[in-house]
Amino acid sequence: MSSETGVIIAGAAETDQIGRLPGQSTLELHIEGALNAVADAGLTLRDIDGIATVAAPGPVQVAHALGIMPDWIDGTGVGGTSFLLHVRHAVAAIRAGYAKTILITHGESGRSRVGAVPFRAAPTSPPGQFEAPYGTFGPTTTFTIPALRYMKDYGLTHEQLAYVAVAQRQWAAKNPRAAFRDPITVDDVLASRMVAYPFHLLECCLVTDGGGALVVTSADRAGGFPKPPVHILGTGERSETPMISQMADFTESQAFRLAGQTAFAEAGISTGDVDHLMIYDAFAHVPIYGLEALGFVKKGEAGAFIADGNTEPGGRLPLNTNGGGLSYTHTGMYGMFAIQEGVRQIRGEAAAQIGDPQISVVLGNGGMFATAGVLVLGRQPR
Amino acid sequence: MADKAVPVPTPETQPFWDGCAADELRLQRCTDCGKPYFYPRPVCPDCGSRNVEWFTASGRATLYSYVINHRPAPGFADDGPYAIAVVQLEEGPRMMTSLSGLPATPEALVLDMPLEVTFEPRGDVSLPLFKPSGSAATEANR
Repeated sequence: MSSETGVIIAGAAETDQIGRLPGQSTLELHIEGALNAVADAGLTLRDIDGIATVAAPGPVQVAHALGIMPDWIDGTGVGGTSFLLHVRHAVAAIRAGYAKTILITHGESGRSRVGAVPFRAAPTSPPGQFEAPYGTFGPTTTFTIPALRYMKDYGLTHEQLAYVAVAQRQWAAKNPRAAFRDPITVDDVLASRMVAYPFHLLECCLVTDGGGALVVTSADRAGGFPKPPVHILGTGERSETPMISQMADFTESQAFRLAGQTAFAEAGISTGDVDHLMIYDAFAHVPIYGLEALGFVKKGEAGAFIADGNTEPGGRLPLNTNGGGLSYTHTGMYGMFAIQEGVRQIRGEAAAQIGDPQISVVLGNGGMFATAGVLVLGRQPR
Repeated sequence: MADKAVPVPTPETQPFWDGCAADELRLQRCTDCGKPYFYPRPVCPDCGSRNVEWFTASGRATLYSYVINHRPAPGFADDGPYAIAVVQLEEGPRMMTSLSGLPATPEALVLDMPLEVTFEPRGDVSLPLFKPSGSAATEANR
């Protein structure tokens, strides 16, 4: 193995069902996703020698439940983008020879809260001292705060923000697994219940149960796989801020931009090479920040770019083709589902398949603009 | 019903909360590079120096961004929709806060409007909130 070793996603699968699953615990969702992904790769659990996932339940619990004693473990837990970071770390581990076949799992009982960890900032933590006293209560009250600053500084309109949800619903309409499939209009979005001004309900992601997993291994592994390999051409990761109030500039994500630069440079690509794009969309403004941070449009242009139809079916830059967190599913840590759709599109097996994409880019967000991960996935090796 | 979240000071944040109890907004700055910063921590985020000191800020700020939250946090249900704001302090750092003396409406909350600090008891501590600059608007809403 060396730094030139090609690394692929050989197996990728979601849980059998996504949505509302009160009969399955967080751990069971991990297990089901893991078994599905290992089967998708044509492997067995005995082939797995590395495990990565977030706590809780964490890699020790997941590995033990599956009867695996891995000799490579990654418990990086930095929010919903963690799985993109796991992929990046797995690439490094495989190139270093620390592991050969790595399983990355996600399961989250985000809606039904079966076996889930309660969330509240410790009152001694920085968020507990300097944000929670002002009435923050989860992502709807924090992730959303930068948007008004962006709207004032760059002229983004309420209608353009709403259109992000409209465009993604068009993709969801093509996807039988999507939670919400009925077409919506800007008026529908603006008439939906106010959650945290300027965000209406339809500009906020779903809250669902579900999971998924990936099997990452070297491209030159003997034997081949049942599905076309998805080559990991470049990866990037960044952390920015533990509190939304301390984000350096409310009009741009430095973490998105820098993680993207790292991944694009490693892959040797530019934005013009990208056929398919996934941007973590916990809220309608996040794809706007993502498009600008990755350089697809200039700063301040993303709202109009989406409203002009460029990212919807038939547009020149297909974005969030599963329907995204806004319409497909969002368990809380959505990054796994963004990767899954990138893999499906490269393999040619997506519900809303866009043709024969050669390059898919996945941008994951963690926390409230806290962290970022970027993957460049390819049909062909570099 | 749960009460509103109450901050619990740690050794490195205690001087901040002691300041609030004395109606002073205290920030830290680096004595090597001069940069003021918030939230309290024992190292300069700009240059890595541990030579940092506390000082009393002006309490003047502008409204940087906000949301008007319609799904109340524990203890906030009786407040109706309420603003969660981030203010730009005159000295440079930003902080999250609540707004005092202003209706929680987009019409009343205009970005970049001038604000000044005020303090409100919460549990064992005093919380820094921000109100419109100048007393007229503030008095009218008391």
